[in-house]
Amino acid sequence: MKYQSQAVAKPYFIAAIGLFIGQILFGLIMGMQYVAGDFLFPEIPFNVARMVHTNLLIVWLLFGFMGAAYFLVPEESERELHSPLLAKILFWVFLVAGALTVLGYLLVPYARLAELTMNDLLPTMGREFLEQPTITKIGIVIVALGFVYNIGVTILAGRKTVVSLVLLTGLVGLAVLFLFSFYNPVNVVNDKFYWWWVVHLWVEGVWELILASILAFVLIKVTGVDREVIEKWMYVIIAMALISGLIGTGHHYFWIGAPEYWQWWGSIFSALEPIPFFMMTVFAFNMVNRRRREHPNKAAVLWALGTAVMAFLGAGVWGFLHTLAPVNYYTHGSQLTAAHGHMAFYGAYVMIVLTIISYSMPILRGQKAGSPRAQKVEIWSFWLMTLSMVFITLFLTGAGIQQILLQRYTDNPLPFMVVQDKIEMFYWMREGAGVVFLVGLILYVSAFFVKGGEREEITDSSGMASATSS
Amino acid sequence: METVANPPAATGRQDLPGDFAIWIFIFAELLVFGIFFLAYAFARAGNVELFNEYQQYLDRETGAINTLLLITSSFFVVRAVNAIKRNAVASCVRWLGFAVLSGAVFAGLKLTEFAARHADGITLSTNTFYMFYLSLTFFHFMHVLMGMVILTAVAVKAHRGDYSAANHTGVETGASYWHMVDLVWIVLFPLVYVMH
Repeated sequence: MKYQSQAVAKPYFIAAIGLFIGQILFGLIMGMQYVAGDFLFPEIPFNVARMVHTNLLIVWLLFGFMGAAYFLVPEESERELHSPLLAKILFWVFLVAGALTVLGYLLVPYARLAELTMNDLLPTMGREFLEQPTITKIGIVIVALGFVYNIGVTILAGRKTVVSLVLLTGLVGLAVLFLFSFYNPVNVVNDKFYWWWVVHLWVEGVWELILASILAFVLIKVTGVDREVIEKWMYVIIAMALISGLIGTGHHYFWIGAPEYWQWWGSIFSALEPIPFFMMTVFAFNMVNRRRREHPNKAAVLWALGTAVMAFLGAGVWGFLHTLAPVNYYTHGSQLTAAHGHMAFYGAYVMIVLTIISYSMPILRGQKAGSPRAQKVEIWSFWLMTLSMVFITLFLTGAGIQQILLQRYTDNPLPFMVVQDKIEMFYWMREGAGVVFLVGLILYVSAFFVKGGEREEITDSSGMASATSS
Repeated sequence: METVANPPAATGRQDLPGDFAIWIFIFAELLVFGIFFLAYAFARAGNVELFNEYQQYLDRETGAINTLLLITSSFFVVRAVNAIKRNAVASCVRWLGFAVLSGAVFAGLKLTEFAARHADGITLSTNTFYMFYLSLTFFHFMHVLMGMVILTAVAVKAHRGDYSAANHTGVETGASYWHMVDLVWIVLFPLVYVMH
């Protein structure tokens, strides 16, 4: 690697992958509970498994974003990280806090956890995805502030590039918007607004900036295409993502008690949200087609292209399916939402973190790319995870459509649990696809341990990482 | 895809005036307004009487003046582009100034119109017609402000001598955006204010 301090990214990536495995295991447990309701009851009730599944996702993605920032910011800024020690301390703070929180979810009833963590002093618990005890939330803010400080000082003192400034904007936005999670008004309508300003403005706002900057960084490295071309694309994509994403928040206001005009505003603006994702796909393929070098890390190039395609499908297309108010009236909160959620999170955020890990891990271990055999295993893992996620999405979409037809869009709506029995087959198939996903993930991890074949040691220094500096 | 792959700035191709990136914006903007207009047509088809009734309370005279203002400002912008192609920097800056001034008068008139509606107690929730009227005109109003910012930035850069007959892409870029703002109003005004 070019700068010693980039090495702090490594523990972040390892922790991210470890928690990712945990997330998938709890996903499988929950998928089983969809068809066998008392599976692992009372040890792991469904609501706990769900909380662990979604919280682990958010935490490991944050680990991934932080690792990505620690890796790419020194290289973009052309200087060492402001404080590698702070990065290491925050790593352990975040890991211990995250582990304790998950243990809290698993070992004591949620209400008891709220008591133990003195939630009544500043009640913030009990809301989907923001279930963390208040003290954990405070910990997240401290870690985020220290992280943004460390990254921010490095960026501002060094070479300022569009990639690093967009990343910084996204990270600051991530930290600032999380503050809404501390406001928990009694009025449920009010509460929903603030809740969406964390949840939606993260995934359909500032996280997209983080995604775009990491993708641009990897594409610059693996294609050697001029920075100016990539930067112009970034400006256009980001402007569109922010405008459509910010006003598109309105698609969450349809049925929460907000004024009716939001059904128009939310529908129209969120209908545009697929466009920046489509542009990102065109952008990624263009850059790879115009590449000036053959980067030895084929797996990383594949992940980068996969991110663009799957983000467009999952976030763009599957989001659009149910974003118009007249459609959402019937589809709201059905399995169609779950289908969208799975493919969007995988395509946009899981894959971008796997992209940067795939690109940077060999460099952090003193190679330009993994051995051909290791890459072959990794490429298998790409296809297994991606295709199984496509099938998870399709099965959940099937379940969702049948659910909507039997329970919502009919003159004789059937009760919820009766419908759940009728769509059981889809849940079984989803669980099967989930097992394949786990196999893919195990292959991904094992690719880091594959020995043999010719390893490509780093020799040149033309904008690439150099072994001589490490 | 090929045109996307080769922005004129990078390759010297010049099939669109201005920077290629602005055309992506213009396309996206027209798409939003297009969807909004379609939604308007769709909503109106279900409430023709309501739309016709409340349309007559709109201020058509000011709307017509505003239309003339924007068309005239587009003319000024065309003169600015012509001027810079002749290396007449001072003239270019002057024409851009006139265009921004026309935009400012448009914005001022629009604000008095909004103030009058506000005084009548009309909001986005009053009825579907007013929802569309306020949304569309306000959304367009924001674009006029944005266009004025762009034209001002172009004028400042021109004044500093950043543009010339050989290098006038920036002026064309700003001009293209302004024409889009004008074009949208030319559709919006008859659609919302006039057509029964």
